[in-house]
Amino acid sequence: MADSSALVDMQNISKVYQMGETKVHALNGVSLSIEAGEYVAIVGTSGSGKSTLMNIIGLLDSPTEGVFAVRGQRASGLTGRQMADLRNREIGFVFQQFNLLARTPAWRQVELPLFYANVARSASRKRALEALAQVGLDERADHKPDELSGGQQQRVAIARALVNRPSLLLADEPTGALDTRTGEEVMALFEKLHEEGLTLVIITHDQEIAERAHRVITMRDGVIVSDSDAATTTASGFRNGLSGAAPAPLPRPVAIEQDKEEMYEAV
Amino acid sequence: MKLFRYFPVAVDSIAANKMRASLTMLGIIIGVAAVLTILGVGRGASANILDEVASQGTTRLTISPSTESEGEGAGAPVQTLTMGDVRALSDAAFHPDVVEVVPQYGGSIQLVAGSNNKQTRVTGTTADYVGVHRLEMAEGRFLTEDEIAQMSNVIVIGTAVATDLFERTQVVGESVRIDGEPFTVVGVLKESGNAGFGSNDDSGFIPIGAAHGRIFNVPRYRGEYIVTSVSANAVSEERVEAAERQIEQTLRLRHGLGADDDSDFTISTQASLLDTIGTVTNTLTLLLSSIAAISLVVGGIGIMNIMLVSVTERTKEIGLRKALGAHTSDVLLQFLIESLVLTLLGGLIGIAISYGLALLVQRIPNFPIDLLIGVDALVLAVGVSAGCGLIFGLYPAMRATRLDPIEALRYE
Ligand SMILES: Nc1ncnc2c1ncn2[C@@H]1O[C@H](COP(=O)(O)OP(=O)(O)O)[C@@H](O)[C@H]1O
Ligand SMILES: [Mg+2]
Repeated sequence: MADSSALVDMQNISKVYQMGETKVHALNGVSLSIEAGEYVAIVGTSGSGKSTLMNIIGLLDSPTEGVFAVRGQRASGLTGRQMADLRNREIGFVFQQFNLLARTPAWRQVELPLFYANVARSASRKRALEALAQVGLDERADHKPDELSGGQQQRVAIARALVNRPSLLLADEPTGALDTRTGEEVMALFEKLHEEGLTLVIITHDQEIAERAHRVITMRDGVIVSDSDAATTTASGFRNGLSGAAPAPLPRPVAIEQDKEEMYEAV
Repeated sequence: MKLFRYFPVAVDSIAANKMRASLTMLGIIIGVAAVLTILGVGRGASANILDEVASQGTTRLTISPSTESEGEGAGAPVQTLTMGDVRALSDAAFHPDVVEVVPQYGGSIQLVAGSNNKQTRVTGTTADYVGVHRLEMAEGRFLTEDEIAQMSNVIVIGTAVATDLFERTQVVGESVRIDGEPFTVVGVLKESGNAGFGSNDDSGFIPIGAAHGRIFNVPRYRGEYIVTSVSANAVSEERVEAAERQIEQTLRLRHGLGADDDSDFTISTQASLLDTIGTVTNTLTLLLSSIAAISLVVGGIGIMNIMLVSVTERTKEIGLRKALGAHTSDVLLQFLIESLVLTLLGGLIGIAISYGLALLVQRIPNFPIDLLIGVDALVLAVGVSAGCGLIFGLYPAMRATRLDPIEALRYE
């Protein structure tokens, strides 16, 4: 049941898109709880509902049914303004396509969340440069996106996600547009941030990347079919009879080993 | 204040798309430049005319016959203003505020000198005409009291008449023939320098008696020769109205008009002339400005058009900004201020262009009018362009706020 101490808590969440006559169940009764400080990977085939799930966690979208709470506070009771403020302060987003503003220097991109947080200009520039230093791009603060490599652009996006010191970082296929080596660099950066206390939720297609997470959630057709963290594995996962998740406690990497076959099937 | 922080955002976004921005501003630039230039021309022209009028004295009154309102001769002047009226008005006892009453009878007639001839407006008048109308002499003198009394065959001509007839202007003592009669030139008027309003370059002046008795075939009314108009001076600018009342009283009495009858003459003062000119130029300026204002509206619609395209193009940016914590009001203000900055910039460029034109016009020698751009016109131009930006930017900005962040982020 709902764990009010959890950072994110979902109970029986559904998301239905009406496409003309037909209904698309992007999510179909998902229950999930993520604690502060976790490192979670969400895997699943394309169209299985991963991004939809992330959008709901990130307060960009609201579920059709079910209860969703952030730090014990129900999202359905929040105004648009409050949701915007939560996105601004508590959540950092990293997207597959980086989503940087064209022709804008890196530090201005990173400064954006601070602008919406009403941080004074002088302070926000300083903090933007600090965040860029954190991702190793302090030398490139004045570079525009077309003057940066893909990996560097993604690091700018990560600096932007971090600059307002969120408690949760959501990354939707962050290495999808990068080659293996730069993808590896970006993951190393994420892990460094996780060690510093950030809660990490990464959506990925890449098996090797998923394996690095401490908890792997596998989705198919809008339901969670396995969750390596047995304690929070959903009822729906078992109902579908697809729970390959061994209830293995820490060390988590072991659990991932056991999950591997299952996930290959899914991807 | 946070509001001001949207301006650099707007400037960045405009700078990132200079071509699009300048095309967008073009409508506003042209509109503002057109409005300011037209207002400037209107103001310059009316200042010009007013100067001209004022230079001719502000105490002058002109009495002219009314026009016939019905019957065969409708539109023609009533033939009731006569030399008898002129003599009556000259009586200082009844008209303490009126001085220098000057009759005029004019018509167009051919002047001949040797083998040259020229169709000229010749006016019969008296010696005071030169003072009342503030004429200046280039050569010789004006008609004298003696010449008026004796109805001498003497004439004062304008420079254009002199050069056309004699190919020079030092022609005092020469003779011109009017209707076969020889007239001696006693003076040449100074060139007025402008071909328009109030110029006497193309005129000739002869004693009123000569005009009445010999040159023109002038009808009489109650035994007196009629005149085409009468000029007079008031003793001072303050007494113009009093002078006007005194003249009106005498003329109404002499013309036998009852209390309910309309006057068969009109008295115009320089003040009323100034009023009329002001009204005419204002109407003209207003008309032209409304035409120019239409181009501002067109420019505003251009802004709206481009802003709508811009919102669609930047759907993803809007989605991103919302994901990063932008409120609806942040998005609204961002786009609104962007269009405000665009139009203000356009307005300023338009102002610069019209100022440039004004400076240019000043450098052209003898250009008839100056371009006068007042502070009020500037305030108007800036206000109107800012208004355009806000009004025409509002709809696109509202469209931007309505975008759903995930939809916007999915947008390719
Ligand atoms: N805005 C939308 N309108 C209609 N269908 C949608 C929309 N967003 C997602 N879907 C559908 O929901 C399902 C899940 O999509 P998504 O969460 O993007 O999957 P994933 O990220 O795992 O590839 C897909 O079938 C997709 O087509
Ligand atoms: Mg996806």
